[in-house]
Amino acid sequence: MNLLELFYTFFKIGMISIGGGYAILPIIQFQIVDSLKLITIEQYIHIITISQMTPGPLVVNTASFVGLQISGVMGAIVATLGSVISGVFLSIVLYKFFMKYRSLKSINHVLLGLRSTSIGLIAASAVTILLLSFYSNNQFSFTSLSLFVLSYILSMKIKKPLMVIFISGLLGIITYS
Amino acid sequence: MSFKLFRIMFSISAFTFGGGYIVIPMMRKHFIEDLNVLTESELLDIAAMAQSVPGAIAINISVLIGYKLNGIKGVIIALIASILPPLIILSIISKSYDLFIENEIILKALKGMEAAVGALIIELVVSMTQVLLKENSILIKLLAPLSFILILFTSINPIIIILTTVIVCLIQARVQA
Repeated sequence: MNLLELFYTFFKIGMISIGGGYAILPIIQFQIVDSLKLITIEQYIHIITISQMTPGPLVVNTASFVGLQISGVMGAIVATLGSVISGVFLSIVLYKFFMKYRSLKSINHVLLGLRSTSIGLIAASAVTILLLSFYSNNQFSFTSLSLFVLSYILSMKIKKPLMVIFISGLLGIITYS
Repeated sequence: MSFKLFRIMFSISAFTFGGGYIVIPMMRKHFIEDLNVLTESELLDIAAMAQSVPGAIAINISVLIGYKLNGIKGVIIALIASILPPLIILSIISKSYDLFIENEIILKALKGMEAAVGALIIELVVSMTQVLLKENSILIKLLAPLSFILILFTSINPIIIILTTVIVCLIQARVQA
């Protein structure tokens, strides 16, 4: 698989990944593991685990990882760019469109509607994250709940998201068994 | 400005754990509260647009902010700054990911951070909802809970929800005219 093919493979994956996150996993699995056999299923499971443990969006981490396996650093760059380029392009197109036509009531209304819908989508993702966090290994984790509550209170007091994440991470090391 | 943009986007990307939405509170802190180059509603609009196109939301948001602040140059800076951290970290980890995956301290820290991310996103949703409630249109206000329920409890593709939002808002705007 050469770099161009790698780019194209991830370009296709990037194009269908609307709404983000775990919904795209089956798509990636089908393309990369089953269809093109670029990586094995074991490697695939590793990627998923790592992608959740390292910073960065799932698509980006997956693309970088697979790209690395196939063609080193160049492969990682090419695969990653392929996966995000359609989103970047369409985002800008959409942005320019809305900026140009937002004086029209109908367009402004659509923008407000999209804002509202995105609140719903974001809230849903938070619930999913928290459920996974509270119920790991089919057991309820009181520690996770406590850290959640603590973080929430903290986030209202100190307006520094990074600090809250950092503190919660430290507390996690101390309190989890 | 260019270097500052790069530095901020790079640091935000380096701490994007638990999915893309966590970038929103971070963008809010840096660009709205610290630098005052973005307003709350501009950020909401950008988040809504980033959500409605394919690709990674975190990347789309950072690219749009880059575009707003510095045109295409800003896009390129933001894009590179955002994809570098995962690339670097994955390159380092891929040499020995077994060690990484099984490292107890890292796992506990991640669990703690997960809880914090959930809390920060809920806090974001609460503040965005407060803004939303000021809208007059009942339809607009209903779109958030509706999309929340649809995403969590059905397997409807987010694309469908977004397209439906657009159509429904256009219809309502026409009807009101």
